[in-house]
Amino acid sequence: MSSAESTGARDYPFYGNVRPLLNEVLHAMDRLLETGEPTMIDLATLPFGPGELEHLEALLGSGELCATLDSLGASHIRETAYPGVWWLEHRNAADEVVGRFIEITRTPEILSSQDADITAGRARLEDQLD
Amino acid sequence: MREDNSMKRTPTVGEILQAKGVSRRGFLKYCATTASILALPPSMIPRIAEAVENARRPSVIWLSFQECTGCTESLTLSASPTVEGLIFDAISLDYHHTLQAAAGDQAEAARHAAMEENEGGYLVLVDGSIPLANPGYSTIAGISNVDMLQETVAGAAAVVAIGSCAAFGGIPGADPNPTGAVSVQELVNDKPVMNVPGCPPIPMVMTAVLAHFLTFGTLPDLDKHGRPMAFFGTTIHDRCYRRPFYEQGKFAETFDDEGAKAGWCLYKLGCKGPITYNACATTKWNSGTSFPIESGHPCLGCSEPGFWDKGGFYEPLSTGRFDSGAKLAGAAVAGVALGAVAAASGRRRQAKYTKEG
Repeated sequence: MSSAESTGARDYPFYGNVRPLLNEVLHAMDRLLETGEPTMIDLATLPFGPGELEHLEALLGSGELCATLDSLGASHIRETAYPGVWWLEHRNAADEVVGRFIEITRTPEILSSQDADITAGRARLEDQLD
Repeated sequence: MREDNSMKRTPTVGEILQAKGVSRRGFLKYCATTASILALPPSMIPRIAEAVENARRPSVIWLSFQECTGCTESLTLSASPTVEGLIFDAISLDYHHTLQAAAGDQAEAARHAAMEENEGGYLVLVDGSIPLANPGYSTIAGISNVDMLQETVAGAAAVVAIGSCAAFGGIPGADPNPTGAVSVQELVNDKPVMNVPGCPPIPMVMTAVLAHFLTFGTLPDLDKHGRPMAFFGTTIHDRCYRRPFYEQGKFAETFDDEGAKAGWCLYKLGCKGPITYNACATTKWNSGTSFPIESGHPCLGCSEPGFWDKGGFYEPLSTGRFDSGAKLAGAAVAGVALGAVAAASGRRRQAKYTKEG
């Protein structure tokens, strides 16, 4: 006997907590295409058995784009193999994971330059030119 | 108003972050993580950003009574220092006799100063129960616990009972309760009181309480036991990754059988997850490494009132000594044909543990 369990038409290992989440992602992709509404899923609130989170990450895979944000520790923002589905992992200065999210959106908000930062940067550039 | 004057002197969280050179992007990351800590939906992130940016640094007074310091250990050993550290940067922990350098009269002077400067606006955190049988059972600087509590909460905005001892009496209050230990809520009835039980509570939950107060200036929604709904709104069983095995009727019968090795449900080994409200199954412990059930041990139900006095930890709920045992046993009979066999085997196992001592 193995801890691996068959939970549906296709074999998903472990405890059966990955498949429902993939369905949620699928529905969020529909919503994004139909209405443009983005979805953010906080993985910290969901139950995962040993190895299931890693399995989910592997299933979603990597796409064409990844970025690293260096603020309050590193954040890794990666488009998965499914366009519009992003994997975000926030780490603290000690490189510990403090938040994991799946965002179903065209571009995660955190990648956009923010007005406050643009304003501050503009002031710095102006100072350099003075 | 004195309160308003004192609040005006304190920087906003936005100013604190700006002084640390945190970019707006970093701030958004902070807010996303805060939403996660608070168990709020990600759609709340913009509201959190707005509230946090303008929030002012509250004063916090932490009182430790009949306790083992496990709650403080849990919080201070929490291994996610940066984001949570920002929350602590954003509060002013003015009194905590385990952590502060000052002692004796100097420490008490710091407590009084914080109370006077922040009258009506400070938060009181309490760990440990309060002995009433004889106030001399537990004193600090010669002041009985009950006197210190009542003096300190008089000017507080709210009180948070940290850990099962402060929330429900805990092990000092367990039968036969030799010190006459009572909980904070039994003594404080004119201030908002929130309970954050657990033995110890999950560090993230303690931090979240502070973050919520910091962000919204209020305590979060509470359940019938005064616990924050965001973390105590569902049972361990509701969010347990082993729940599918419960539904399938697959149970470990002993700690070393094939079912235990395969990670099956621990219900028959005494798991109190079905009647225990807490966030261990998702928030987990030790930087998200695992929680007791994931480590192969049943939930003890440590965040429920009076859990010490509710029978053996390895006694299945179906033996009915926990409050909801009979109801749950009925559900189990209907759902997974557990019923009498489980109860009988549980009682046999209990007899075995009793015999083996």
